[in-house]
Amino acid sequence: MKLEEYRGVWTLGEQRDGRIHTVSYELLAWGRSLADKLGVELATVILGHNLADQVQELIYRGADKVYVVDHPALAHFSVDPYARVLTALVREYRPEIFIASATTTGRTIMPVLAAKLRTGLTADCTGLDVDVESRQLLQTRPAIGGNVMATIITPNHRPAMATVRPKSRRPLPRDASRKGEIIFKRFDEKMFESRTRRLGFIRDETAESPVQDADVVVAGGKGLKDGRNFDMLFELAELLGGAVGASRMAVDMGWIPYSHQIGLSGKTVTPRLYLAIGISGAVQHLAGMSSSEVIVAINKDPDANIFKVSDFGIIGDLFEIVPLLIKRLREIKGKEGEGK
Amino acid sequence: MEGAFGPPPDRRDVGRMMRLAVLVKQVPATDKVKIDPETGTMLRTEMEAVINPLDLYAVEEAVRLKERLSGEAEITVISMGPAMAIEAVKDAISMGCDRGYLLSDRRLAGSDTLATAYALSQAIRKLGPFDLIFAGERTTDGETGQVGPAVATLLDIPVLTYVSKIEEIGDGRIVVHRAIEGGHEVVESPLPALLCVVKEINEPRLPTLSGKIKARETEVPVLTADDIEADESMIGLKGSPTRVVKIFYPKITREGEIIRGDDPEGAVDRLIEFLRERGII
Ligand SMILES: Cc1cc2nc3c(=O)[nH]c(=O)nc-3n(C[C@H](O)[C@H](O)[C@H](O)COP(=O)(O)OP(=O)(O)OC[C@H]3O[C@@H](n4cnc5c(N)ncnc54)[C@H](O)[C@@H]3O)c2cc1C
Ligand SMILES: Nc1ncnc2c1ncn2[C@@H]1O[C@H](COP(=O)(O)O)[C@@H](O)[C@H]1O
Repeated sequence: MKLEEYRGVWTLGEQRDGRIHTVSYELLAWGRSLADKLGVELATVILGHNLADQVQELIYRGADKVYVVDHPALAHFSVDPYARVLTALVREYRPEIFIASATTTGRTIMPVLAAKLRTGLTADCTGLDVDVESRQLLQTRPAIGGNVMATIITPNHRPAMATVRPKSRRPLPRDASRKGEIIFKRFDEKMFESRTRRLGFIRDETAESPVQDADVVVAGGKGLKDGRNFDMLFELAELLGGAVGASRMAVDMGWIPYSHQIGLSGKTVTPRLYLAIGISGAVQHLAGMSSSEVIVAINKDPDANIFKVSDFGIIGDLFEIVPLLIKRLREIKGKEGEGK
Repeated sequence: MEGAFGPPPDRRDVGRMMRLAVLVKQVPATDKVKIDPETGTMLRTEMEAVINPLDLYAVEEAVRLKERLSGEAEITVISMGPAMAIEAVKDAISMGCDRGYLLSDRRLAGSDTLATAYALSQAIRKLGPFDLIFAGERTTDGETGQVGPAVATLLDIPVLTYVSKIEEIGDGRIVVHRAIEGGHEVVESPLPALLCVVKEINEPRLPTLSGKIKARETEVPVLTADDIEADESMIGLKGSPTRVVKIFYPKITREGEIIRGDDPEGAVDRLIEFLRERGII
């Protein structure tokens, strides 16, 4: 394999039910920094059906080029046609880096693609960088239960492939003055055949918690002592216009459903404010929230690890602090209400 | 690749034993893992190890399927790892699998997910054909979830990931639920296929005493790279496209304002002020 024949950074765009999903824009934020550092183009490839009127948005969000493959068989993710089409595109255009989001789709298609292309793939990265001289992609991820971080490279194979966790980065601001090229690719019908068939979809609202899309996350841990005390956090979250998260301990105790778990084996979040209440700050928990813009912790243990990642911390009893905080926020809300 | 799985999928299965395989990995039981600073790979000796907790769901589902088929199925456990990984295979047998093999060879050491998947796919070719292969969602040490889809790809069979339920099976087809964002997708696939199962699929049983006795008495053959006719350039460090170049402890970066809450009112006032400064409220 001649590595120098591979140039450019690619991201895998994602659509759900025919709408481009925000993970596509998060990936472009990652891809943009890599491409700029290497001085190459950033392209997104997106597969789906009836996407034409939406793809311009990918350019506004950072892509220089968009490869679109539009076909009814691609409307929903399906391994066979996705793998065939993506393999063909990679072989034709030879990107040096190809990244996807670690969604169920990304985590399924990327290993299939890497096995077909016989190249390296690193799952669930929390950091991506490039070494400009060697042009190696530096892929950093938690390893061994999150106790250490490992940096991984793909020295002799291209593209270097990686998935990054959803919400591990914010999308770039939309820039409608950005110019780029949109390329619609066509393939032979045979490329779209699939051995598997989607028979239906059973929507389950409870499987999703709004925590990943929230601007403010109020998270509770073992320190809450009882599931009923989460009511306080829901109230606080509502006052702050946010959602409730939890540590694994709180989830394991059955205080709140798994969909609220933040951390290595739960969700990753990057809200504007992360409020950790009665959470010790184990590395596995930090893995899911340490990129939040502002972190505030309330914990009675002055040595709690969570304070080391906090912008603001109160060493105290949450059962005193939280009700007071709720009271103060209500007062402020009340005043604002009067003013209007 | 043709023929590795016997006749094409449109055959009838009626009255025929289903052949099932389960992939299990042994993982470190503790968080205290040693890492080889030279290669960046884990030192697997001298530590307590267990069967990957998420693989128990794969084993359980295979055993349940056998029960559902009134015993008309055989379950083969396959694991790749050092000699001690035989224990993980025996654990699976104690839960109701029929036999097991351990793929173990110095030349396999240092394999990344692609090299591991290649070696496992070769073992499956050798030991198969199988109608259905089960894998866990991910391991607690590698944590990639890549091995299952890669094995299926190298065997050229369909992969169904995030499987939370087997709805129907028979006539050379399977219908499963996949737990994905926002709900469950119902998908049909021909057999043979590979399923990566999630926790929500079942509740793994504890081994019975007779199961444990059976596991102790069952001999687990060890296969070498030669036994599976592995291409040496595709296994071990040589066959691994990725390299770990650095291992480090995550550094903790923020130096915030930490106040004592002896005066809770004052502390909350200061917090409100801070949130205002940051434009959050
Ligand atoms: C492979 C692996 C994956 C994991 N994945 C995750 C994950 O995704 N997410 C996750 O969170 N964890 C995860 N963990 C678990 C993690 O290691 C910790 O066990 C967990 O985060 C601890 O939760 P906690 O902070 O709620 O509980 P604890 O560590 O018990 O902390 C409770 C805290 O509450 C404080 N407290 C108690 N009472 C009060 C009070 N009245 N007022 C104020 N403070 C009080 C205590 O001082 C303490 O700091 C994982 C572990 C492993 C091995
Ligand atoms: N060394 C191995 N031996 C057998 N099965 C494995 C091995 N490594 C991974 N697997 C299977 O692949 C799944 C995903 O593993 P991983 O990609 O390491 O997260 C596991 O749950 C196992 O079912």
